[in-house]
Amino acid sequence: MITTTGLTKVYRSGGREVTALDGVDLHVREGEVYGVIGQSGAGKSTLIRCLNLLERPTSGTVTVAGQDLTALGGRGPRANAALRAARSHIGMVFQHFNLLSSRTVQDNVELPLEILRTGRRDRARKALELLDLVGLADKAKAYPAQLSGGQKQRVGIARALAGDPKVLLSDEATSALDPETTRSILTLLRDLNRQLGLTVVLITHEMDVVKTICDSAALMKRGRIVEQGTVTELLATPGSELARELFPVGGESSADDRTVVDVTFHGAAATRPVISELARTYNVDISILGAAMDTVAGKQVGRMRIELPGRFEDNVVPIGFLREQGLQVDLADGDGAGAAASTAPLRKEDAQ
Amino acid sequence: MRPLLTDATLDTLFMVWWSTFYAVLIGIPVGVLLHLSARGAMLQNAALNKVLGALANIGRSFPFMILIIVLMPFTRLLLGVSIGPTGAVVPLTIAAVPFVGRLVEAALREVDHGLVEAAQAMGGGTWTVIFKVLLPQALPALVAAVTTTVITLIGYSAIAGAVGGGGLGALAYNYGYLRYETGLMIVTVVELVVIVTAVQLLGDLIVRRLAARGTRAASLRVGLRRVRTEEPAPVTEAA
Repeated sequence: MITTTGLTKVYRSGGREVTALDGVDLHVREGEVYGVIGQSGAGKSTLIRCLNLLERPTSGTVTVAGQDLTALGGRGPRANAALRAARSHIGMVFQHFNLLSSRTVQDNVELPLEILRTGRRDRARKALELLDLVGLADKAKAYPAQLSGGQKQRVGIARALAGDPKVLLSDEATSALDPETTRSILTLLRDLNRQLGLTVVLITHEMDVVKTICDSAALMKRGRIVEQGTVTELLATPGSELARELFPVGGESSADDRTVVDVTFHGAAATRPVISELARTYNVDISILGAAMDTVAGKQVGRMRIELPGRFEDNVVPIGFLREQGLQVDLADGDGAGAAASTAPLRKEDAQ
Repeated sequence: MRPLLTDATLDTLFMVWWSTFYAVLIGIPVGVLLHLSARGAMLQNAALNKVLGALANIGRSFPFMILIIVLMPFTRLLLGVSIGPTGAVVPLTIAAVPFVGRLVEAALREVDHGLVEAAQAMGGGTWTVIFKVLLPQALPALVAAVTTTVITLIGYSAIAGAVGGGGLGALAYNYGYLRYETGLMIVTVVELVVIVTAVQLLGDLIVRRLAARGTRAASLRVGLRRVRTEEPAPVTEAA
């Protein structure tokens, strides 16, 4: 649905060059919720603004719904008619909502329709429909100043949907909201994704957001995507930093003659009680030191850190059993483990 | 004395009304262009921005008395007269345009750039940004700018009066000062104070009304609608 190839953005200011994006290849499939996570300054904001060309990439291409936006362009900072038409079918929601305080809620939602030159009656009908969809039917005549943060973002979402977009871009849409409101907005985005088949790209610095609604995720660092894939694929990737962040497990071994391993659940094995099978079959006492399990896209996935009695040499057979069940088993040796390996870029294709 | 004062008042109102009208009519596009041609703005154009900025600075630094005299041939060409209230409208307008332009530019600069970006993300072009975002969002500041302009023009019209423009300024100068009619001078000055105060109060009232859109009802708002949220997915004991 959205593909970028070699997307690069270099800012020049006073002779200095800052590379915000450094050859980003992004692949977002139709109908998925795709999260881009990274610390501030990683380039994720520049990336999402390049997806509708609010920011002109220095080089590289952006294709949305089969249309090469970079080829449409327009000179300078002005967008030509073709690009504007393409943008009107890409919804965008913002961290600070960006609602016009001079307009009522309904008129805010009507703005994209005014740009599309929709007739007055159709505009009103559509705006009220959308407000109903986001649960704000009773606030149509209110002004943004009268709404709470969560309500403002709902208006922002309704406005973003006015042009019947196939794609919704969310630029830190929940970062200005409290945890409870964040969850309700994420639930709304999830529902819209399912009901309307809307493809959602969201950027965030909160791992919880990715955990809550994303089918796929990408990790950005210094203008590059260092990992990307579906949550299951990320889990299946040895040393994946995102997988570790999404499913953090801790716990130190209780004595020297113990073996501590991290078990990653993904795919079919995740639905079977393998740990108790292991305990019964080999008559070993297993301690669970830490676990992070979740249901992602209907599948149970996660990681668990377990401790087996005896040294590693003594546990080759039980570990072999776990691997036979389709689980991924890694020897846990401190937190630094796998950090070096995780910088290796991961592509969806590689993981499949 | 009574008809003298009435005529002078009407002349002043005439000069101020029309010069404000034309100054705003020309000044708003100038301000919009100044704002949009700035570096990093939508219509970034260094040459246009520099020329407009220089013209605005020159216009604003010109002593108004000198401006009237310099513009006399131009005024005569335009209107056929160069004195009287009608003749004064031309230099008053020209003096006020750079003033309005700068005030409009400053008002537009206060509009959150995120709103402009939101309009662009919806597919809006330059006209959408100007007429649906910048001007409506800056409306309270624009009304305040017009108020300041009217008051400045009342002061300027008094100067114009001293060099043949007529109005309250001329009355105060010719009768009050040159003929030592202190009483008339005081009446004239008091009337100007009353007019300026009335304009300022009216302007402030409109600005407050516009800026408070929605917030009055907000204070009466009862119980925010709580949105039910789903519980997070329970941790599954898969193993």
